[in-house]
Amino acid sequence: MTAALRFDPIRLPPVCEELRKEVRAFLADEIAAGTFDPHKPQREDSDAPEFSRRVGARGWLGMTWPKQYGGHERSFLERYVVTEEMRVANAPTRRFFVADRQSGPVLLKYAPEHIKMDILPRICRGELCFAIGMSEPNSGSDLFAAKTKATKTDGGYLINGAKIWTTSAHIADYMIAIFRTSPPTKENRRHGLTQFLVNMKTPGIKVNPIAQITGQHEFNEVVFTDAFVPDDHLLGEIDGAWKQATSELAYERSGPERFLETYYVLTELVRALGPEPDTRGAEGIGRLVAQLHTMRRMSVSVAGMLQAGKEPVVEASIVKDIGTLWEQQLPHRVRELSAFVDAENSNHATLGELTAFATKLAPKLTIQGGTTEVLRGIIARGLGLR
Amino acid sequence: MTDTTDTIVVETAEKIFADLADPQTINADKTGQWIAPLWRALSESGLPLSWVPEDCDGSGASLAEGFAVLNAAGRAGLAAPLAETMLAGWLLAQAKIASPEGAMTIAPSHPKDRVTLAADGTLIGRARGVPFAQGADHIAVLAHSKDVVVIALVEAAACRIEHGLGLGGDPSDAVTFDGATPLTFAVAPQGFDQTTLLLMGSVARSLQIAGALETLLDISVAYANQRVAFEKQISKFQAVQHNLARLAGETSAALAAATSAADAISNAAAFDDAVFLEAAAAKIRCAEAAEKGAAIAHQVHGAIGFTSEHILHRYSLRALAWRDDFGNESHWAVELGRMVAKRGADDLWPLVASR
Ligand SMILES: Cc1cc2nc3c(=O)[nH]c(=O)nc-3n(C[C@H](O)[C@H](O)[C@H](O)COP(=O)(O)OP(=O)(O)OC[C@H]3O[C@@H](n4cnc5c(N)ncnc54)[C@H](O)[C@@H]3O)c2cc1C
Repeated sequence: MTAALRFDPIRLPPVCEELRKEVRAFLADEIAAGTFDPHKPQREDSDAPEFSRRVGARGWLGMTWPKQYGGHERSFLERYVVTEEMRVANAPTRRFFVADRQSGPVLLKYAPEHIKMDILPRICRGELCFAIGMSEPNSGSDLFAAKTKATKTDGGYLINGAKIWTTSAHIADYMIAIFRTSPPTKENRRHGLTQFLVNMKTPGIKVNPIAQITGQHEFNEVVFTDAFVPDDHLLGEIDGAWKQATSELAYERSGPERFLETYYVLTELVRALGPEPDTRGAEGIGRLVAQLHTMRRMSVSVAGMLQAGKEPVVEASIVKDIGTLWEQQLPHRVRELSAFVDAENSNHATLGELTAFATKLAPKLTIQGGTTEVLRGIIARGLGLR
Repeated sequence: MTDTTDTIVVETAEKIFADLADPQTINADKTGQWIAPLWRALSESGLPLSWVPEDCDGSGASLAEGFAVLNAAGRAGLAAPLAETMLAGWLLAQAKIASPEGAMTIAPSHPKDRVTLAADGTLIGRARGVPFAQGADHIAVLAHSKDVVVIALVEAAACRIEHGLGLGGDPSDAVTFDGATPLTFAVAPQGFDQTTLLLMGSVARSLQIAGALETLLDISVAYANQRVAFEKQISKFQAVQHNLARLAGETSAALAAATSAADAISNAAAFDDAVFLEAAAAKIRCAEAAEKGAAIAHQVHGAIGFTSEHILHRYSLRALAWRDDFGNESHWAVELGRMVAKRGADDLWPLVASR
């Protein structure tokens, strides 16, 4: 049983360390040029299209994809390094992050050739922003309860209904969404949903912003009224989206973005406590660093398994479960430890501001991309319990 | 990472544990008759002296092989001084001292204890919570002498040993050295100090804890699939599933932290900041995992797991006991926190990312 749980001590190869230096130098230049402030973790709120293009020009988008589609045929471990350095620097990645991590790989696998040739190179150049259209008002964790309909018409489909919580829909060029093409069957309630590529400029699509408790604008409601999607935008098997959804999960669940979302409060805590913290402060830092190091080693291990062609679905779910809980609790731990910060010679104000922001952000971390409860269900299945 | 020799050594260990350390048999045997044949088989296999080079009379296995054996020993909930003898052999080899036959242990195993070598060549000091001191033939000691650190080999019979029992039921004794004359001693290599020894011991214990958690997960999953309540297997209750998913998570974290630290030490030229991070983090995270994991394993088992007759405690209590040897998680968290603070905030990420 536990033979299935593997976290081999994978180390990043030397090429990754060279790359890391390049990424750090690039980000330092961007910060110096005023593109973004590394001490302001507002990345979800700030669109940076020019930055996105410059990242693409460096060859850091579509890193693992085939060259014929504009990719760079580099390893998952190299992509890992770029991702983690961008996260830790609080770089504004929102325009390209979803396309690079999730949408591109789906298109690579399921889109017709001419669509791949058209779209993938533009993702690699940092020109395109993607949104994911899964959730609906009455379909969240239970993805297969989705009702938004795709009705067959001449040359394509007419879409009617609404998606909700759609991150970046207001700036996105495309959405990859699931729509109902048939009712579920008695034998398989997951049957009947089909994956589509949707051009967000299509007439009949309306995006309504939804304000969040952080004060930022990240997600939206997307309403479809007879929006036309051509036949060649259908991705994969008709009525068979359920078969396509699971294999990408390992990529989505185990990356460094699953535990580094609030990392900045830890850096600021260490800064605030200074070079000689008292025992309580030192112990607090030590524990958090031990937990962070362990999660990163787990996450790198999963990246190594992906690179080796394995599908570590359970391991990836474990990384997300533990990682998101950690990044969620981090601002609370930092808040406790900030009691021991010396008020005079410290960055007290910055620490307080950042901790407050991270505390407001924290609830979403264990909801987006599959809740803690859903993840634990997947882990339990992997253990042979269900 | 795992080459074939690695697997052969581990398979040898696993075969001995399967044949001679069956948990049911040991648990039922109140007279301790299982100990002698188990230790004989281990000694004949050369496993206790895995970390002693051949020119110091050992079997010259690699550090990585030895760590993998300790992980297997944890999976078996092994109640014999294998880790202790391995660590003692390793410590002695640092000073090119050959290892004698028989069981050994190491002192000090607690960060607050300190042993000194007096000018007259005798050892002074007291070491608490020394694992398996009773029953050991020899003790490998790290002692301070004026400005240098020395490594000494002393007969257990030359020391005063107050018997104690640890949480897991294994010996955890106080050793008083006052007046004991070591059989031999030598100066430790440059830079080798008590922290080095404690870090090495901590990684050994981390692998044992991770192994015990692997078994706790296995037997808890098996039990949940078999036990029926409310006319269902309890594994069908979501609350039980989620508890076991958390146990799998804690087990994974412990395994990842411990094997990473073992890999770091196996490939390191020196005990630098990076190795310190790996080793200290392993002990901290494995100790946390032991606490959470053991609690879940017991919860899933209900009352039966609370009986001495059931084998659960052989793993749960050992995992908890091993937290305390060679510095507990609070000790290492303070040390690690101080190191991170001293390096400064902007150096934290580069340190973490360097691993
Ligand atoms: C910031 C943010 C961004 C998002 N971005 C996107 C996006 O871009 N695209 C998109 O499609 N969606 C997005 N989502 C939506 C997200 O995927 C859903 O919120 C999530 O899947 C949960 O669905 P729900 O909110 O409807 O909650 P529900 O499914 O109603 O769940 C409510 C609670 O019930 C629990 N629960 C539900 N079912 C079970 C069960 N079987 N067993 C045990 N507990 C259960 C859940 O774990 C949760 O605690 C985003 C969400 C957030 C917060």
